[in-house]
Amino acid sequence: MTDTIQVHDLQQGYGKTIVLRDINLTVASGDILALIGPSGAGKTTLISTIMGMLKPKAGSVTVLDTTMPNRQILAKIGYMAQTDALYDVLTGRENLDFFGTMQGVTKAQMAERIPHAAGVVNLDDDLNKYVKDFSGGMKRRLSLAIALISDPPLLILDEPTVGIDPELRQQIWQELHKIADEGKTILLTTHVMEDAEEADHVMMIRNGEAIAQGTPAELTKQYQVATIEEVFLQAGRDQDAHRRND
Amino acid sequence: MRIAGMIKRVLREMLRDKRTIALMFIAPLFILTLIYFLFQSNVTTTATLAVRGVDSTLVSAVDTDHVTIKHDTSKQSADKVIRKHDYAGMLIQKGDKLTLTLANSDQTKSAVLKQSLQAAQIKLKTKAAASAIKREAAAIKKLQQALAAATRNPAVAAQTPAQPSQSKNYTVKTHYLYGSSDSTYFDTLLPIMMGFVVFFFVFLISGIALLKERTTGTLYRLLATPVKRGEIISGYLAGYGAFALVQTLLVVLYTIFVFKVQIIGSIWNVLLINILLAAVALTMGLFISTFASSEFQMMQFIPIVVIPQIFFSGIIPVSTMPNWLQAIAHIMPLYYGATSMSNVVEKGASLTSIAPSLLILLVFVAGFLMLNLITMRKYRNV
Repeated sequence: MTDTIQVHDLQQGYGKTIVLRDINLTVASGDILALIGPSGAGKTTLISTIMGMLKPKAGSVTVLDTTMPNRQILAKIGYMAQTDALYDVLTGRENLDFFGTMQGVTKAQMAERIPHAAGVVNLDDDLNKYVKDFSGGMKRRLSLAIALISDPPLLILDEPTVGIDPELRQQIWQELHKIADEGKTILLTTHVMEDAEEADHVMMIRNGEAIAQGTPAELTKQYQVATIEEVFLQAGRDQDAHRRND
Repeated sequence: MRIAGMIKRVLREMLRDKRTIALMFIAPLFILTLIYFLFQSNVTTTATLAVRGVDSTLVSAVDTDHVTIKHDTSKQSADKVIRKHDYAGMLIQKGDKLTLTLANSDQTKSAVLKQSLQAAQIKLKTKAAASAIKREAAAIKKLQQALAAATRNPAVAAQTPAQPSQSKNYTVKTHYLYGSSDSTYFDTLLPIMMGFVVFFFVFLISGIALLKERTTGTLYRLLATPVKRGEIISGYLAGYGAFALVQTLLVVLYTIFVFKVQIIGSIWNVLLINILLAAVALTMGLFISTFASSEFQMMQFIPIVVIPQIFFSGIIPVSTMPNWLQAIAHIMPLYYGATSMSNVVEKGASLTSIAPSLLILLVFVAGFLMLNLITMRKYRNV
């Protein structure tokens, strides 16, 4: 297995404010990594940097053996944004078709990909509806389908399970595991602890620093607690204590 | 491929937005029709002038189609008389002294009165001069007769200068190089408005469209694909350019068939100018939308960015402006577009003669394109 994402000593920020510091991260292909952290911790900034939307202030980011930022590599990343960035006056199918085209999916491929991506998120019957008539959950699912449309080797999902009911959540996780089993890599952010427990690896971010990293089992063992949630709380307290000592 | 996808999306979005379509296609025709009726009629302004104690010769000289005379016999001051009867002005004569008081609430009426009074004075002077000549002529004649009678030599009389010159009666025939005697201010306004409506609507609609892409996050999402920034802008240019083209065609056809205004130059030149104006408006709208965080803020740019352009578009002749204002005119894209449009529509200017202006419009497009590409870097560093 090769590493899909490699982040070394990353420091990131806007102007003089530092958002992320000393981030080191490796995600092997076929791996699912969950980034957990409170809002404002820097998860989205980390994702943007990995995708190459932002240039690293210091350190390096390598995705699929290419140093980021790199525009071409974006064709190999399926991205789901935190806010549903969809065109309201277009139908679900037209949104899929448009973003597919932008992603570089050919017309011939599209005929097969659209039904597949829509199937994964249970949107088959609603593809011809206008997005403005979609519910919040449906929009979330369509955003996920857009991330899947180009069948990319790397999926980056920003809060994919927000507004999705438990039944569909389970279904989506099944599909994500299936995708990972095919050797594709998934990086997602969440603040739902159940999601973290589904992931192969977990990275906890708080105040721009990685406070804990490892598989869910390793982490619960290391912190001698029962759940990932408790690990997060404990790691957070440790970070605060550490800071006070500084 | 990606550009085609962008164009398809822009067109789909536009076509489904019926109100915006209506705004883009019906509003210009509505505005032009309104202007047509407002500036069509050759209405002459008439002003009412009150007179008191003015010589009747002067009064009758002033009394023209443009001036209605009201005789006033009251002892009230001019101010009071004007206020009471809502006259445009009052003329009072005291001995040799004439005093004209103007209401001046409507400057065109004031101008009419001033002009009429001047014209009347000239009329009276020439009349006086003519009658003076006549009197002299009569005196000369009498003198000659007296001389003739005295010398009894008719030959002398015959040699004396001929009759005093009759006042010449000029007849004026007017030829119009452009337009006809029916030309109204509307004919001047029309080509300017043809360019302006396209400029305005494309600016507004494209600017707000990109703003929406920014605020809903679709622009960021779009830039998370391998699409080039240039491809996004090109898609916008082509998509909205198509609408600008349809809009221009509609305006041109409406002008020809409804207003029966003759477009002397080539229709292709008209279309070309409007396409370039639309391109400037589009790239400018996209760029300006960077500085707005809501549709309302986008609207706030209209008085700053759009309205001043109207002033320099030829509605007020730029050549009569002070130099520093003329310099400002030369940084306004609409000045170049509207001037070339006027030249093509009214004077039948050829492509080569409007080429310099078109070139400058192209420079504007290129400049704003660059700025757009730079500002989009904020979203994606590559």
